[in-house]
Amino acid sequence: MDHPADLQPAPAAIAHAPTVRQQLFEFVLQLADTSLVLGHRLSEWCGHGPVLEQDLAMANIALDLLGETRSLYQYAAVLEGQGRTEDDLAYLRPATAYRNPLLVEQPNGDFAHTVVRQFLFDNYHYHLLLALKDSPDAPLAGIAEKSVKEAAYHLKWSSEWLIRLGDGTAESRQRLDKALATLWRYAAELTTPTATEAALQDLGLVPDYGALAPAMQAHAAHVLAEATVPTPQFAPFAQRGGKGGQHSEHLGYLLAELQYMQRAYPGLTW
Amino acid sequence: MVATATGAPTEARVWELLEEVTDPEVPVLSILDLGIVRSVSVAGPQVTVTITPTYSGCPAMNTIATDIRLRLLAGGITQLTVHNQLSPAWTTDWMSAAGRAKLTAYGIAPPVDGTATGHVLNLFGKATAVACPLCGSAHTQLVNQFGSTACKALYQCQDCREPFDYFKCH
Repeated sequence: MDHPADLQPAPAAIAHAPTVRQQLFEFVLQLADTSLVLGHRLSEWCGHGPVLEQDLAMANIALDLLGETRSLYQYAAVLEGQGRTEDDLAYLRPATAYRNPLLVEQPNGDFAHTVVRQFLFDNYHYHLLLALKDSPDAPLAGIAEKSVKEAAYHLKWSSEWLIRLGDGTAESRQRLDKALATLWRYAAELTTPTATEAALQDLGLVPDYGALAPAMQAHAAHVLAEATVPTPQFAPFAQRGGKGGQHSEHLGYLLAELQYMQRAYPGLTW
Repeated sequence: MVATATGAPTEARVWELLEEVTDPEVPVLSILDLGIVRSVSVAGPQVTVTITPTYSGCPAMNTIATDIRLRLLAGGITQLTVHNQLSPAWTTDWMSAAGRAKLTAYGIAPPVDGTATGHVLNLFGKATAVACPLCGSAHTQLVNQFGSTACKALYQCQDCREPFDYFKCH
């Protein structure tokens, strides 16, 4: 990340009580970890995309997510108030401290796999941000207001590709079916509130995920119908745990690469 | 040349200096053309410039903040803070008419107003009609919604066949 000295977030007054401030810190950190991990995954495609245009698309989406990540980590650092910076939060926390849902740390697999992972995330992310931009917490609402415009492009991209793959060739359909069968079970964790999220929802600072569900389901149903794919049922063994710090083995390898420079050369700057 | 008789910079002078700072990725545009400077405030010798990113991940933001610092320093302003403000979110509506003309002359199609995002369910919808900045033809085709930078899409002219960047309405 860039050296932040020349550009600082606009100052914001934090009026929350200490308990709420801690909960908000955990929630913002969870969102930041989620965008960072998925942004990193997408950036792994850079130079390996199936065609140049889609290589560019995935790198662009990764960049948007990393931009959102920075805003979120900067705000998390302010909420925490312990002197940690955005870089400390990204580079110096172990996998068990990361709070991203399991979906986003899943490996890229083939292009269909990446598209399905992205679609499940985008459908949640876009609708979350759309509601979050009205949060009474002004800094969080500001980040959501900025990022939702970008998330709209992401959702359009992943929706259209899911349709092309589903309603494409026998090969693309077979790959899409496999990706859906593998990844659908990770979707439920996105909108299953943790105790922290539930507490913030009660305070009205975070949108009620139940209220997001109709729009998310309607969009998913529309896209799957266009793709001629039957709606997968949520697997009863839905995978979850990442938001509580219990991750798949994949996250450790991802962070080993992402954090390598700061671990090997602490405090290194460009 | 910079200071008032008391040595303090004036707000008008700061705006003049900012007009000379350009977007590192589209160097024909000043940051005022781009519409990313939200405010300037002067309190004695202390100057605060507030800018807003075009896109969250715009890698030019830090470079722009540094360029602002260097330009103002050369103009005699030493006490400077540059703030990054996300809300209200930047929109291409804030790009000046002069900026749009400069973009076209540079070979980048300027944003077509009223075609911003917010209609994501319009899957496979008709792409925004963009005139070719090179030959002026309206017979152009969207190649990729994601282009060489976060703020641009890639088009191709069906008449002169040249590919070109389109500064997306946002």
